[in-house]
Amino acid sequence: MIDNLQLLFVWAPILNVQVILEGIFVGAVFALSAYGLALVWGVMNIKNLAQGDFVIMGGYMALSLSQANIPLPLILLIVVATMFVYGWIIYVGMIRRILDQDMFVSLLATFGLSLLMQQTLNLIYGPEVQIIDLHLPNFDFFDNMVNVPSSKILSLFLAAAIAASVVIFMKKSRTGQAIRATAQDPRAARVLGINTDRVYAITFAFNSAICGAAGVLVAIIWVIQPFYGVTYSVRSFAIVTAAGLGNLPGVIGAAFGIGLVEKYTGMIIGTAYEVAAPVTMLVLVLIYRQYNLKRNRQVLR
Amino acid sequence: MIKKNTLITYAGLGLFGVFGPILFPDYTLSIAYLWMMVLMASTWDILGGQMGYNSLGNITFFGVGMYVSAIVQIAFFYDGGVAEYTSAMGAVKPEFTDSEYFYGIFIGIIAAALACLAFSLVLSTFMFGLRGPYFAIGSLGVAVMVAEVTITINYVGGASGISMPLFPGDIEFRSTFFYMLCFVITVMAHFLLRWLFSTQFGLAANAIRDDEDKAEAMGIPTIRYKRIGWGIAALFMGAMGAVAGNMAGFIDKEVAYPIPTFGIFMVAMVLLGGKGTLWGPVLGAIIFHVVKEVTWTYLLNLQWIALGLILIINIVYFQQGLMGWLQTKYPEMFGIVVDDGNKTKKAEA
Repeated sequence: MIDNLQLLFVWAPILNVQVILEGIFVGAVFALSAYGLALVWGVMNIKNLAQGDFVIMGGYMALSLSQANIPLPLILLIVVATMFVYGWIIYVGMIRRILDQDMFVSLLATFGLSLLMQQTLNLIYGPEVQIIDLHLPNFDFFDNMVNVPSSKILSLFLAAAIAASVVIFMKKSRTGQAIRATAQDPRAARVLGINTDRVYAITFAFNSAICGAAGVLVAIIWVIQPFYGVTYSVRSFAIVTAAGLGNLPGVIGAAFGIGLVEKYTGMIIGTAYEVAAPVTMLVLVLIYRQYNLKRNRQVLR
Repeated sequence: MIKKNTLITYAGLGLFGVFGPILFPDYTLSIAYLWMMVLMASTWDILGGQMGYNSLGNITFFGVGMYVSAIVQIAFFYDGGVAEYTSAMGAVKPEFTDSEYFYGIFIGIIAAALACLAFSLVLSTFMFGLRGPYFAIGSLGVAVMVAEVTITINYVGGASGISMPLFPGDIEFRSTFFYMLCFVITVMAHFLLRWLFSTQFGLAANAIRDDEDKAEAMGIPTIRYKRIGWGIAALFMGAMGAVAGNMAGFIDKEVAYPIPTFGIFMVAMVLLGGKGTLWGPVLGAIIFHVVKEVTWTYLLNLQWIALGLILIINIVYFQQGLMGWLQTKYPEMFGIVVDDGNKTKKAEA
């Protein structure tokens, strides 16, 4: 551990650039799935534990399409459209029925969904780790100390483009406005003539589409495996609990933060702890929030 | 006062518990797992059903108990020490005499239970600040975290796990022995819970479930009750973990922290049977286990998909569980008197 610290900060400080870049690439994808989670959580009070499995499902869909030699932009479009429809079906079949139940119900029901999805993917694609290879060149900087595949840069721009279009959609379009109105006060929205059931369906389907897009990026820059979804769910939860609902800059900041923490933990303590890091972060964030809440409560007394 | 129905149920379950393995010797271990699942469901219900604190992390204590008992059993009777034993990766097979082995197991179970109790007290200092779904997510996070950290500790074998000491004696005696351990622990837990829910603890727990802030305002020391509840769950989960580790013969991350299987099964079983009742978890566990054992082999690769479907259908469409359904359908069976005072008055008039 001391050796790694020395390596990072004394012998080859330039390695930090690599770690930070990796953290940013990771964070960009996390930000997308976390934003979807925050959207569903904020609008309809559903905690979707299957979030990561939506991501992985998008990844596998992209894998199948890329094996059919379909160009990347088209893949992205098809995946987003299919995942939108899939999300709508899931909403009608199951989420609608647990909308007004207590919150633990949504956790467990979506956990069941997560189990169902990962096992189905496992049946179809097998448990092997897979990747989409775009055959793009790598860039090396600083005497090969920093190595950046251009697919990762591409994915970063794609993630930014997706995030920007999501923001514009939420701010400008009538549907986006309806979603935000429903999140603020569903009853008032209903009084004003918004079909909230339809808004909920759109929100859930929209979340599913965002996850699908994130999944395409994951399949390009890392690997996908049927059981990797859980880690994305856990990270999304950590990010959303840290940032709060409906706080897009917070979500993006927390996503990059968790990406950096993860990469630095992996670099300094060892890759064995890379999975434990975001989970530890999640627990710490929860406890910290609780601590703050407690302090506020005492002030109120 | 114990009602007649309850007595009959106890007699039936008791007879099955004692004579089950004699009548069906091939299924001894399967029935042992049945009692294990009954215990898991019942102890989950202390917090989940009675108190409204839905923990997804109770499985942590199962794994911690398993590892603690392994360390104790090896450290007591193997001279080379635990580190040497685990680094040999099962190549070292120390010969334990009968008395050494059984003594080791009992010390191991007790140590595991106490260690888990202590661990739950440590966790409860910060975990009980979390409420509702945050507690569920947080406890799930703790389970994943403990599992991930365990496999990085070389002292307990790291990712390659520990093979437990060999059982002295033939295989039939082995399964009977572990069966009896599972059965006894489960029976102890059941009667402890039965007594516990009939005391003030049960009332306080239900008050916390219904409205924690009001309960606190009424002067109920909520934190203390939550600690007791989780502590008891941890105690029994740890003891059962110790037994299960020896029963499996080999422990690693997958055996000790089965978060996606037993960790979720126990919640599913409680929901199936009906949460917040004494018998719901028992009934749910029995049905779940029997259905699982009967159908598992025919479903081949589809069993996990089936499990996910069961979970979804159970939660989305059938929330009150079997006991809840029975309770609304036949309230007289549960001693709930339906107030029909108006009817009798009309009849008199």
